[in-house]
Amino acid sequence: MINTDIILFLLVLTNLRLLGAGRLGASVRTVAVQGVLLGALALLTHHDHLTVAVLLVALSGMVLKGVVFPWLLFRALREAEVEREVEPFVGPIMSLLAGVAALGASLWLARRLPLPESPNASLLVAVALFSILVGLFLIVTRKKAISQVLGFLVMENGIYAFGVGLVLESPLLVELGVLLDVFVAVFVMGIIIFQISREFDHIDTHELSKLRD
Amino acid sequence: MNPAPFIQPLLALLRAGLALALSPLLLGVINRTKASFAGRNGQPLLQSYYDLWKLLHKGAVYSRTTTWVFRAGPIIGLAAVLAATTLVPLGGLPSTVSFSGDLVLFAYLLGLTRFFTVIAALDTGSSFEGMGASREVTFSALAEPALLLGLAALARQSGSLSLSSIYSSLSFDAWLEVGPMLALVVAALMVVLLAENARIPVDDPNTHLELTMIHEVMVLDHSGPDLAFILYNAALKLWVLSALLAGLIIPIRSGNPWLDGGACLLGMLVIAIIIGIIESSMARLRLLRVPQLLVGASALAVVALILSLR
Amino acid sequence: MLVVSGLAALWRPRLGVCGIVAACAIGLIPSVRVLLGGATESLRLAWNVPYGAFFVEVDALSAFFLIPIFGLSALTAIYGDEYLAAWRGKKSLGTSWFFFSLLVASMVLVVIARNAVLFLVAWELMALTSFFLVTFEDEKESVRKAGWTYLVASHLGTAFLLAMFVLLGREAGSFDFDRFAPSAAGVLFLLAVIGFGTKAGFMPFHVWLPEAHPAAPSHVSALMSGVMIKMGIYGLLRTLTFLGAPPLWWGWLLIGIGLSSGVLGVLFALAQHDLKRLLAYHSVENIGIIALGLGVGLLGISSGSTALTVLGFAGALLHVINHALFKGLLFLGAGAVAHATGTRELEHLGGLLKRMPLTAATFLIGAVAISGLPPLNGFVSEFLIYLGAYRGAMGFDVHAVGPGLAVIVGLALIGGLAVACFTKAFGIAFLGEPRSDHTRHAHEPGWAMRGPMLALALGCGLIGLLAPVVVGVLAPTLVNVTKLSPDAVHDGLAVAVNPLWFVTGAGIGLIALIGALAWLRRRLLAKRSVQTAVTWDCGYAQPSARMQYTASSFAQPLTELFAPVLRTRRNLTQPTKIFPHSSSLATETPDVADEMVYRPVFAGIDGVLARLRWLQHGNVHLYVLYIALTLLVLLVWKLG
Repeated sequence: MINTDIILFLLVLTNLRLLGAGRLGASVRTVAVQGVLLGALALLTHHDHLTVAVLLVALSGMVLKGVVFPWLLFRALREAEVEREVEPFVGPIMSLLAGVAALGASLWLARRLPLPESPNASLLVAVALFSILVGLFLIVTRKKAISQVLGFLVMENGIYAFGVGLVLESPLLVELGVLLDVFVAVFVMGIIIFQISREFDHIDTHELSKLRD
Repeated sequence: MNPAPFIQPLLALLRAGLALALSPLLLGVINRTKASFAGRNGQPLLQSYYDLWKLLHKGAVYSRTTTWVFRAGPIIGLAAVLAATTLVPLGGLPSTVSFSGDLVLFAYLLGLTRFFTVIAALDTGSSFEGMGASREVTFSALAEPALLLGLAALARQSGSLSLSSIYSSLSFDAWLEVGPMLALVVAALMVVLLAENARIPVDDPNTHLELTMIHEVMVLDHSGPDLAFILYNAALKLWVLSALLAGLIIPIRSGNPWLDGGACLLGMLVIAIIIGIIESSMARLRLLRVPQLLVGASALAVVALILSLR
Repeated sequence: MLVVSGLAALWRPRLGVCGIVAACAIGLIPSVRVLLGGATESLRLAWNVPYGAFFVEVDALSAFFLIPIFGLSALTAIYGDEYLAAWRGKKSLGTSWFFFSLLVASMVLVVIARNAVLFLVAWELMALTSFFLVTFEDEKESVRKAGWTYLVASHLGTAFLLAMFVLLGREAGSFDFDRFAPSAAGVLFLLAVIGFGTKAGFMPFHVWLPEAHPAAPSHVSALMSGVMIKMGIYGLLRTLTFLGAPPLWWGWLLIGIGLSSGVLGVLFALAQHDLKRLLAYHSVENIGIIALGLGVGLLGISSGSTALTVLGFAGALLHVINHALFKGLLFLGAGAVAHATGTRELEHLGGLLKRMPLTAATFLIGAVAISGLPPLNGFVSEFLIYLGAYRGAMGFDVHAVGPGLAVIVGLALIGGLAVACFTKAFGIAFLGEPRSDHTRHAHEPGWAMRGPMLALALGCGLIGLLAPVVVGVLAPTLVNVTKLSPDAVHDGLAVAVNPLWFVTGAGIGLIALIGALAWLRRRLLAKRSVQTAVTWDCGYAQPSARMQYTASSFAQPLTELFAPVLRTRRNLTQPTKIFPHSSSLATETPDVADEMVYRPVFAGIDGVLARLRWLQHGNVHLYVLYIALTLLVLLVWKLG
């Protein structure tokens, strides 16, 4: 269906934007946009059998990821008083090129997986895989703790996209449970970031390796 | 005598003549848009024509350090861009000259212009021109893959290697079918247009501070008719690249040449206004960020190609 | 006849040169005839070497490679006569010319040999004679080191070739080329790529190129870069003719090698400021472009697309000739500069165009040609390869799309970077003001040096404009290489030649436009004042020539962008205090493959072998004992 195509395409663009971004504020907002897009994706895939449960889950997901998480993360940034600049191990150009390679690899892999007979399945799976890879890449190559939270969120988005596309009906409890899980994780990570910065005056996780002894 | 076989080439020649006549107007539109954003009245729309006329009637001052290379630079540059103009289609209408693979010739003719502009700049023996020349070659080395890849995506879509055939098959249905891919190509080509024509965010055509310029500083020592050639060169390059972009964005292929051509011209005016808006609302990127932008454009073109592979 | 003129050179150098030129001219006639006619001529003589036979043959492929050999050798011989005049009293020029003529003779033999033993003998002769030519100025330590690197690299490559021919011959039962019909083609292909690639200059086997080419005298560099490295390409093509149908991965491998050689070659060239080293790295880059064309052609054969095959191979073959022309021209020009100013260092040059106008003009033509810009010949061969790549990328065969795209990106990047590099080389050396005193005594070289440069520049222009005709002539060679039927080749060539007519038209149109605009400007300025002044200097009170952009500063944005690959080393003495006295900045970009691969490996081998040094104790008695023991062991083994 053409509408889901466009949403998947926009997801790819947001991932690429994250790879090339230089400022933390822009990255946080991009992840928020991703969350909203995923909610829209959920609504569109189930648009012919909308139940209250599905509607509830999708809308709460959009609110949580689009509004609450950015608020939490911006609060953490403000309290930690960090410089709002992404500090990567791998520069933006190499990240972008790695992202394009990852996209190609995801498309190739998705074609090889045995998937159910849905017209869009392979593109959805490819984009989900791509998001997971991008999330992992962000966690590995960014120094600041906030970037790693963002990477975790992107991975979460990828897994969620997997679920949306392939699982027709999942129990309401499970879905709400997953959302709660993510919410708690981000909340806790926000607190930890604040504590780290208070203790060490920075949130550079690379420096944390000095703690080993 | 049956006039039919002569009409098509004649019309194509007329379209090339349109390019020659109307290209300085695009510069005027951009400047007027910027002025209106700044709350001023701005220069007259036809200012570039007045500038060209004035410069052509002036004498020239040449630096004693320069040689025939300096005098040859503007001429060879303009000749190359004129040749490139004959290759570019106007919307769905074919160009004066078209053959399989002419997109490669198009890109390399622009490269020829660049080569001679750069060595003319180095001929003056001034460090300002050297600075502009060195940045220019860096950025264009990165922009050229973006241009060729974007055109490759379009070639793949239309199944032909000639600019005219590519553009004549880009109808509204194409947008419905592979909209996302074409949108990515539009983004990539837009970045290439901004880079090649020295617009913000790659370069600022308005400041005359040597430390921040790229194109403007390379032509600092030219005067008189040489400067007129260079100004016209800039206008033609803008025309040529916006024609490529407009043909993509305005996919009206009704079969009536006047409608198609008129729609494309309208599209080019809109693009000029958009460039003016971009220039008024953004600042120039830091020099370290420009390669990232250009590689980003190439990446978008590659993503477009990857998407078209499914 | 070449050997005779070599011997004559020992007696009187000038006679040798004339002999070489005459021999080359004579040799051109049958080559052209075979190339155009397509018939083959062969000759078989007896030869008392085991497994060997003096079997030579000239077919279209050999004839194609013979033409640049003869043409460039003759021109560089003429050039070298005047170039070496500076050493007339101090060194034995006769020996140098002897080796020169032997080199040409051995290259000819390589191309026409049809027996593996004969081929290897000629190959080895080529390596040895060029070694002696490279170490002409052997009083310099750097030249000696460069010669040593070259010799070692060359022999390592030959070892792989030996292995390959042994495998081929053992299977066929004979070492004659026309009996080869092998099975394990993959292994043989790899051996050929490594062996011939070392001579051609594929990354990462190219490490000898940037050392040997600057060290040799300029006419030898021109010959080596223009023709000798193409012998590697010839060898690869010849091996392909008897290896049978290629699987897909051969094309991919060549495209990968082409991309790495091309992009890395031009990047390293950008970082150099020795003019000849820069040109040597550019040879690596152009060999990369040829490899890209070969890869596209091989992909065409594997996927059954005639157009792709013809476009790829035609582009590669045409680039062989084009590169011989413009690289020869550029090296001769660099030689003229070195001859006139005594230095090859770009940072010390500048403003040479005013003192050496013809050299500068021909160098400019070479620079425009090597950057692949229309209307000259470099554009034509790259255009053909582009067409092939685009066709591959447009198709629906998944295996061709990826490589096709990679070739497009690679060629575009290479083209842009080559423009950057050659504007730097030409601009810094010839334009602006002189940056040091070296240029004070610069003067135009004599006609013996200018003539060949003019001829080569003319060749660049002619091939650029007459491209469709030249490509059409390639038909018999293509039949030879691709083993397609002449009709198929003809159809494929039509796909290539038709656009080329338009390109020629565009070239002519371009020249006409240039003329028209120049006339227009002259008319306009005739009635107005034309004055001269100083370059605008922004109000600086005392601008000096040293304030101009230098070569390293010109390349700095690009070298900084690609810094992880280039690993340039900087030696910086910062200015200190308020009125600084002196400071310095020196950059050096050693070769990556050399630094990271070869040096550690050789150092490791050295370490291991050092343990065996106790065997070399110098005691003669023990040495005789070793020999006797070995003989005894051999006897026992054979008889027992």
